[in-house]
Amino acid sequence: MILLFSLAIASAVLFVLLRLLPGDPASSLIAVGADPEQIAAARRQVGSDLPLFEQFLHFATNLARFDLGVSFVSRTSVAAEIGARLTVTVPLTLMAFALAVVIAIPLGILSAVKANTWYGAAISTVSQLGIAIPVFWVGILLVAVFAVNMRVFPSGGFPPGGWSDPGAALRALALPTITIAIVMSASLLRYVRSATQDVVDSDYLRTARALGSGFTEALVRHGVRNGAVPVVSILGIELATTFLGAVVVERVFTLPGLGSMLLLGIEQRDYPNVQGVLFISTLIVLLVGFAADIIQRLIDPRLRGARRGEGQ
Amino acid sequence: MTTTPLSSRLRAHALAAAAFMTLSLAAPMAIFGQEGNPDAIVRIGSLYEPQNLDNTAGAGQGVTEAFNGNVYEGLFALTDDGDVEPVLVEDYEISEDGLTYTFTLREGVTFHSGEPLTAEDVKFSIERVTAPESQSSRRSSLAGIESIETPDERTVVITLADRSISLPYNLSYVWIVNDAATDLTSTADGTGPYQLDAWRRGSSLSLTRFEDYWGEAPANGGVVYTYFTEATAQNNALLTGAIDIIPSVQSPDSLALFDGNPEFVVTEGASTTKELLAYNNRIEPFDNVQVRKALARAINKERLLQSIWGEYGTLIGSFVPPTDPWYVDLTDVDPYDPESARQLLEEAGYGEGFSFTLDTPNYDPHPIVAQFVQNELAQIGVTVDINIITANEWYTKIYQAQDFEATLQEHVNHRDIVFYGNPDFYWGYNDPEVVELIASAEASETVDEQVEKLTEANRIIAEDAASNWLYLYPQIVVSTANVSGYPVNGLNSQFFAYDIVKSE
Repeated sequence: MILLFSLAIASAVLFVLLRLLPGDPASSLIAVGADPEQIAAARRQVGSDLPLFEQFLHFATNLARFDLGVSFVSRTSVAAEIGARLTVTVPLTLMAFALAVVIAIPLGILSAVKANTWYGAAISTVSQLGIAIPVFWVGILLVAVFAVNMRVFPSGGFPPGGWSDPGAALRALALPTITIAIVMSASLLRYVRSATQDVVDSDYLRTARALGSGFTEALVRHGVRNGAVPVVSILGIELATTFLGAVVVERVFTLPGLGSMLLLGIEQRDYPNVQGVLFISTLIVLLVGFAADIIQRLIDPRLRGARRGEGQ
Repeated sequence: MTTTPLSSRLRAHALAAAAFMTLSLAAPMAIFGQEGNPDAIVRIGSLYEPQNLDNTAGAGQGVTEAFNGNVYEGLFALTDDGDVEPVLVEDYEISEDGLTYTFTLREGVTFHSGEPLTAEDVKFSIERVTAPESQSSRRSSLAGIESIETPDERTVVITLADRSISLPYNLSYVWIVNDAATDLTSTADGTGPYQLDAWRRGSSLSLTRFEDYWGEAPANGGVVYTYFTEATAQNNALLTGAIDIIPSVQSPDSLALFDGNPEFVVTEGASTTKELLAYNNRIEPFDNVQVRKALARAINKERLLQSIWGEYGTLIGSFVPPTDPWYVDLTDVDPYDPESARQLLEEAGYGEGFSFTLDTPNYDPHPIVAQFVQNELAQIGVTVDINIITANEWYTKIYQAQDFEATLQEHVNHRDIVFYGNPDFYWGYNDPEVVELIASAEASETVDEQVEKLTEANRIIAEDAASNWLYLYPQIVVSTANVSGYPVNGLNSQFFAYDIVKSE
C-alpha cells in the first residue's frame, strides 16, 4: 500500500517538475521551415495545446490503468521500449553488482580483520580513492586503455541483435560492468569493513572465543550473521544506486539502456518516455528496498517480531 | 538515377574530390583500385539517430541520411552533385502553361513487401506530405498542388495553381511509399535498393539488400548504422574498427586523429551548412541596416573559421552556398573592418554601443562561436549576453514564439534562400523586393530566369546584411582506407550507400 502511495506521489511530483522545464515536446517534431499550421498540428498531437490540468488528468487516468502511453517522438509504446532497454540495463546492473560484491566483501572483511597490517591499510586507502573518482572518468580511462589501445573490448555500443549473440552482448557490457563495479565496490568495501569491525570488537565474539572456538570459526559462526544485517540494508541501497548510476555509464558507452532513453527523453521533452522510465525506476528501487527488508528479517529473527505490523 | 550513369558519376566525383579537394595524404588511386567484396556490410557511424522512421512525422535528419535513396526513392532524386534526376519516373511532360505535369512511371518496380508500384501509391505518397498533420519540411513548397489524378496504373497527372519550376526538385524530397503500408513510423516499405532489417532504438539500424530491386544491385551486402550521442565515442569506434565510415564529422578535434594517418581517408566535399548569427529583424536596433552592417564588419570571420576548423570550411558573404545555382561571391560586401563598423554604429545613433542577448544552442560549435562573437563585438562597444539553450528550447522560444533578440543556428539545407522571402520566418526579415523576387522566381518559365531572380535576391540580402553569415561548415567524410565510393557532399544530409565498396 505504502509502495503504491509512494509511486503515485513520485509520479505526480515528476509530472509537475517536468513541465516546469522550459521547452515544448512539439518542438522536437518540427524542423526549420515548418509553417504555423504544422506547428499547431504538432502541438495538437502531443497535447501541449491543452491546459496543464487536462494533461494531468489524461496522464493520471492512463497511469491508474498501468498504461504508460506512447512516445511523442518515436510514436512507439513506452512500455515496449522500456522492456527492450531493460534487457541492457538489468544485466548490466546485476553483473556490476555481483562483481562489486565479490570484490568488496572479502576485501572489506580482510581489511577489518587485518587492519594493523600494511595491506589492510592499503585496501582501506585505495577504497577511499575509489569513492572520490567520478564514474564517467573511470569509464573513459578504461576505454582508452582496453578498447582504443589494447583492443580487447569494444569501446561502446551494443550488438544490433542484442542477446541473440550472448558472446557479443557480454563483451559489449564488459567495460561498463567493470566501470560500475570499481566505483561501487569502493564504497561497499567501506561498509563491509566497518560492519566487520563492529563484529570483531563485539562482546559475543569475545565470549565465543573465551568458550574455546578459534577466531575464524567464531567469526563464521557468529559474526557473519550479525554483520550481514547492516550490510544487506546497504546492499539494497547500493543496488538501487547502481541501477540509477547506470545512466551515466550508458552514456559513456553508448548503450541502448534505460539511462540513455531517459536522457534523450529529457532533451526532447518526450514526457511519456521520461515519466515511463522514472516510474519503472522508482518501482524497481522501491521493490529492491522491500526485498532487502525481507532478507534482513530472514537473517535476523529479532527483526521479525519487532517490525511486524509496521508494514511496507 | 538510371543507376549506371549516376554511380559512375558518383565515383568520378568522389575521385575528383579525393584528388583535388581532400587534404588526405593517402594516395587516391590506391583506394579506388581495390577489389570490393559484394557481400560486405558497410558500417556507418552517425550522430543522427532517426527520431522515428517517417519523414512526415518529425523523424529528423537521421532518417534522411539512412533512408533517402537507400530504402525509399522519389519520382526524382537530388544527386550528391546537386542535380535533379528522374528515378521512378521514366518520362514526363509539362503543359504549355506550365501548370500540368504528366508523369509516366517506370515499369517493373516493386515495393519491399512485394507489391508493384502504381500511380495510386504516388498520389498517396504526395498527399501524405501535403496533409495538414504532415511535419514534412517540404509541405509548404508543395502547397501549390491543386490536384493529383491517376488516369491509369502508370500515369500520374499533377495540376498546379501556379507555375512551380522547382516541382521536380521538391518531389525529390517525397518518398514514394506503399499505399497499403500501415505503420511507417517504426517499419518501412519503399522501392529502394535496401530494405529495413532491424532498428534497435538508441543503438543501431540495419539495412539488407533488396533482392528484387529494379535497378543495379548495390556494391555491398548491406548497411548498419551505429548511433552515437557524442563525437568521442564515434571517433573511438572508427579508431577501433567498429565502424567503417563517419558521413559527416561534426567535431574539429576528431580530424587530428585521422588526418595524415594512412589507415584512414579524410575527404572534404561541398557543404550547404551555414553557421549564422540571426537577428530578430523586427526589433530595435536590428531593424536598422547600418547596425546590421556594423555587426557584420566587426567580426573577423576568417579567424573564427580558422580557430574552429583550421584549414577546413569556407567563408560566405550571404546565405547561399557555392553549390546553389544562384551563388555569387559576396564576401566583399561587408568585409572585416572594425573601424568602419564603429563609424556605422555612430551614424546609426549607437555611438555609445548597446547590448543584446544571444540565444546560443548548447551543442558544438555554437558556444565557442558565441564567445568569439562576444569578444569581437565588445571591441566596437556592443555587449553580448550569452544565453545557452537546448535545441528543444531553440524551437520553442525562437522558432515558435519568435521571442529573442539574436541567436546562433546552423542551417543545413540546400536552396533555402526562400526563407528570406517569408516575412513570418523566425528572423522576420521583410524586404518587399526580396519577397517578390523569391515568389516570382518560383513562377519562372526557364531555369535561367529563376537563377537571375534568385541571384538578385541573394545580392539584396547581402547588401542588407539581413543576417550575419559567419561561415560555411566543412562537409568532411572520414573512412577507413578499405572503403570507397561514398558520396562526399552529403547534400541535405543524404548519404547514398549503394555505391560504397568495401574490401576485406
